[in-house]
Amino acid sequence: MKYNWNWGIFWQPAADASGTWLHYLLVGIVWTLGTALAAWVIALALGSVIGVLRTTPRAWAVRLGNAYVELFRNIPLLVQMFLWFFVLPELVPKGLGDWIKQMPPPWSAYLPAVLCLGFYTSARVAEQVRAGIQSLPVGQRMAGTAMGLTLPQTYRHVLLPQAYRIVLPPLTSEFLNIIKNSAVALTIGLMELTARARSIQEFTFQVFEAFTAATILYLAINIVVVLGMRWVERRLAVPGLIAAGGAAQAGH
Amino acid sequence: MRKFALPLAAALALAVAQPAASQELAGTLKKIKDTGAITLGHRDSSIPFSYYDDKQQVVGYAIDICHRIVDAIKAELKIPKIDVKLNPVTSATRIPLMANGTIDLECGSTTNNLERQKQVAFTITHFVTANRYVAKKASNIKTLNDLKGKTVVSTAGTTNIKWATEENTKRNLGMSIVAAKDHAEAFLMVDTGRAAAFFMDDILLYGLVANAKNPADWAIGSEAYTVEPYGIMLRRDDPAFKKVVDNAVTQLYKSGQINAIYDKWFLKPVPPKGINLNLPMSREFKNVVAKPTDSGDPAAYQ
Repeated sequence: MKYNWNWGIFWQPAADASGTWLHYLLVGIVWTLGTALAAWVIALALGSVIGVLRTTPRAWAVRLGNAYVELFRNIPLLVQMFLWFFVLPELVPKGLGDWIKQMPPPWSAYLPAVLCLGFYTSARVAEQVRAGIQSLPVGQRMAGTAMGLTLPQTYRHVLLPQAYRIVLPPLTSEFLNIIKNSAVALTIGLMELTARARSIQEFTFQVFEAFTAATILYLAINIVVVLGMRWVERRLAVPGLIAAGGAAQAGH
Repeated sequence: MRKFALPLAAALALAVAQPAASQELAGTLKKIKDTGAITLGHRDSSIPFSYYDDKQQVVGYAIDICHRIVDAIKAELKIPKIDVKLNPVTSATRIPLMANGTIDLECGSTTNNLERQKQVAFTITHFVTANRYVAKKASNIKTLNDLKGKTVVSTAGTTNIKWATEENTKRNLGMSIVAAKDHAEAFLMVDTGRAAAFFMDDILLYGLVANAKNPADWAIGSEAYTVEPYGIMLRRDDPAFKKVVDNAVTQLYKSGQINAIYDKWFLKPVPPKGINLNLPMSREFKNVVAKPTDSGDPAAYQ
C-alpha cells in the first residue's frame, strides 16, 4: 500500500471557502439529521395508519394497506429517489411541476428526499405495527369490544399502547436505517454527510481519511440514537405487560 | 482484494526464484518485470478517452496512449512481452486501487492539479479542456451575466463546481448552484428545466450534446473559464517509472504520432454510435505537444 496519509486535511480550508473540511463535513451531519428526522415523522405517522388499516376487519382497508406496503417496500430506494425527483414534476400539472423544479437549492433536493425516505420507511413501519398488533392475543380485541368500546377506542386504549411497546426495538432499527438511507439522497444532489465525504475525496484525493471520518460520524450518531431509544423503552415499560400477554396466551 | 493477491503471489514467487535478477530496478518497473504484466485502470463511459465500445472492448484516446506507454516500458525493460490487464475504475475507486497496487496506470480523463499531486503523480498532460457551460438554445443565454439569479448545475466534487461557487461570490451573480451525482444527471437537470446551465469540461459537454436526442437544441458557451489539464495517473514517489512513462509520451508528441491518435478520436466518428466530435486540437494542447509538460498548475497552459 503506497498511500500518503494526511489527517491534517480536515483543518485545511474547504474548496467552497466556507471554512475547513471538518466544518464542511459537520454541515453534512446537519443535512443528514434534518432529512432523516423529517422523514421519520412522515414514516411514523403514515406507517401507523397503514399498519392499523391492515389489521382492521374491513377487507378493503386490508387490501389497500397491503398494496401500499408492497408498492413502497418492493421498489429499490434508489429508483424511488429518482422517481420523486425527476418523474413526479413531469406528471403533475405543468405549473406545479415548474414550481417544484424552480425551487431554490438545496430545498429542491431536500423535499423529494424527505418524501421519498418517509414513504419508503412508512411501508416498513406499517409492517412492524401490523406485526405488533397481530402479536397480541385475539382476546384483547374481543375484551375491548365486549366492554362497549368502539373499534377506534379499542385501538386507541387497548391494542396500540401494547403494540407500540412490543415493536419499539424493531422501530429503533428502522430509525437507524432511515439515518443511513438518507445517504441515497446524494444521488439527487443533496449535500449530506456521504455526499460531502465523496466531495472531499474528489477535491483532495484523501479518500480514506474522508470516509473514515464519515464512518465515525455515522457510528457516533447511531450510538446516540440507540441509547436514546433504550431510554425511551425503559421509560415506557409497564412492569409485567409483555410477560402478562405471554402468560395469558399460555393459559388458553 | 483477490484481484491483486494473484499477481502479488506471482511476484513473490518470482522474486524468490530469481534473487539476482533486476537488482537495479525498484517500484513499478520491478513489479512489471517480475510479473510480466501491467494493469491499466480505465473508465467505463468517459467518451472518447476511456470507455467500453459496442463490442465491450475497452477503447479510447487515453487507452491508445497507454498502449504506446506499455510498448516503451517493454523496450526499456528489454522483455519480449507484457501482459496488459484491464481493470475498470470509478472516480471513487481510482485512488485506493492505485495505492494498493491493483492498477499501475490510470488511463482516463482525470484532471491533474496541485492538490491531487500530494497523493498521486501525473505524466505529461494528454488533453487540455476548459470549463464552459451548456444551455438550451431556447433559453438564449450568451454570457455569464445572463445566468444572474438562475439555478445552474455542475457535477459534485469537480473543479468546475468549485470555480462556479467562487465566481458566483466574486462577481455577485446570485446563481443557485446545484451539485449533481454525475454528468448524465446534471445534463438531465438542464434538459428537464431544473437548471438553466451546466458547467463542465467542454470536451465532456461536446460528448453529451452529440449524444443528446436533439443536438441542435443545445448551445455551448463561447467563453472558456478555466483550463483543466488531463493526465494519466501513476503512483507517487516512483521517479524511475515516471521517467519511462514521461519519455514515452514526450516521444509520442515529438514524433508527431500524437496527431494520428488525436484525429482518430476527435475528428473522426467514434464507436459506439459513430458520432464525430469534430474538435480540432486546441491552442493550449498544441502548446503542450510542442513543449511537453506535466504541470498541475492551470497557469502553465495559458
